[in-house]
Amino acid sequence: MVELICINCPIGCNLTVEVEGEVIGAVTGNTCKRGEKYAHKELTNPTRIVTSTVKVENGNAPVVSVKTKNDIPKGKIFECIEALKNVVVKAPVNIGDVIVSNVASTGVDIVATTNVI
Amino acid sequence: MKYDVVIIGGGPAGLAAAVSARDNGVESILILERDKELGGILNQCIHNGFGLHTFKEELTGPEYAARYITEVQNRNIEYKLHTMVIEINKDKVITAMNQEEGLFQIEAKAIILAMGCRERSRGALNIPGYRPAGIFSAGTAQRLVNMEGYLPGREVVILGSGDIGLIMARRMTFEGAKVKVVAELMPYSGGLKRNIVQCLDDFGIPLKLSHTVVNIKGKERLESITLAQVDENLKPIPGTEEEYTCDTLLLSVGLIPENELSENMGIEISRVTSGPIVNESLETNIEGVFACGNVLHVHDLVDFVSGEAATAGKNAAMYVQGKHIDKSENTISLQGENGVRYTVPVNIDPKRMEDSQIIRFRVGQVYTDSFLSVYFDDERISNKKKRVMAPGEMEEVVITKAQLMDRPNLKRITIKIEEA
Repeated sequence: MVELICINCPIGCNLTVEVEGEVIGAVTGNTCKRGEKYAHKELTNPTRIVTSTVKVENGNAPVVSVKTKNDIPKGKIFECIEALKNVVVKAPVNIGDVIVSNVASTGVDIVATTNVI
Repeated sequence: MKYDVVIIGGGPAGLAAAVSARDNGVESILILERDKELGGILNQCIHNGFGLHTFKEELTGPEYAARYITEVQNRNIEYKLHTMVIEINKDKVITAMNQEEGLFQIEAKAIILAMGCRERSRGALNIPGYRPAGIFSAGTAQRLVNMEGYLPGREVVILGSGDIGLIMARRMTFEGAKVKVVAELMPYSGGLKRNIVQCLDDFGIPLKLSHTVVNIKGKERLESITLAQVDENLKPIPGTEEEYTCDTLLLSVGLIPENELSENMGIEISRVTSGPIVNESLETNIEGVFACGNVLHVHDLVDFVSGEAATAGKNAAMYVQGKHIDKSENTISLQGENGVRYTVPVNIDPKRMEDSQIIRFRVGQVYTDSFLSVYFDDERISNKKKRVMAPGEMEEVVITKAQLMDRPNLKRITIKIEEA
């Protein structure tokens, strides 16, 4: 039995997962379907959304906030952060603009999450 | 200047209130915002986790704000930026100022208070030691990193396990700083569990519960802090001191609703929440003045702020349109007992209420496998088992109009925690 805290939303359900060797069994304690999915993923291939900022030139703000468009493997977080270190974009930037494609070979793009004009 | 509904604050509460007031038929609306842009604190909350309830997808703070700003702009709702409200009087005359118009007054038929909250500062904590550079509230550091592009320091200790502190532990780690420890005075965290998992556990950052800062060293710049364990009376235990070298101390030690304007205009403030005392319509003791969002009570989820603000906006609309039915003589008072610290609202008019009423509250300590009970006068009408309830997580119960209509003589609703 493994105890997990679901991180999908701020409710933070306490999940109990039955695990026998490699086999993941019943998940209890979740209030929605996402909890069950999270438990399976967390025990096989844990992933996270990564959020950060990159520098922006000629805009009304010095930095623009960004995120991975989808979740990436937990083990790739720092590679992803490293890839953003020297990125500089030019204003204007709009929400959803791709800032880095296929970050850290994850197949996931880094997109802007705010508008800089 | 005259407007039907004036909203003080253009953050998530103010924006949702404005949209709702317009959708309920008010043409003349003005939002007053002191910052250079709408969106409030969401603009610096670049992490994800917003909007799952409202938009059924996971957004970052700026994305969530942008959705509501678009709604406001699509409706051509007026707003003034860089505008500071100085005073509001009982007759709903607002005195404000900005660079273009100088000092000016606005007459409002209804006012929605949506000023949000601010952080408790070092001054509120009585930490001894020097006052060097390098001590920031977590939210100040968040703004510096996420909006202004500065890194406040490289070796960081965080005091307080509120959500902003936890989020900043991860954020500073991403920016190359070393976060040595998060210390929490209480025996439980003040933040959401998910943030402990994804902001501390993921990066091996230790959380020391029942610990506080007992000394600060460094004259020009912070050089080190000393942590000590505290006993059950929250007093430091001699001999448990540990010194941490660091150049930065972030404080995430609580949020306080910002109610100077409200108090000065004579609005009654709850001593527990530091927010206005409101009824089911989120109306304060001054008729036509409503409150919502973190100025009313500090929320964990912006989704709930938006929902609450929409209710305030709708009620403000009904007030200016004269659609509010007269107040009943018998309102039902709500109270929290046995660990339920407060309730919002504080009373309900059964005639005026919607078909169902959400009652929100926080508990005073961590409760496991306990029952959350609702009493109508002395009769227990519900008794729900909860695995965990903690002060860091807001709770709610729902009361329906049908339940109250069945009981015309009901005087009091009590929400309390009962042991198994």
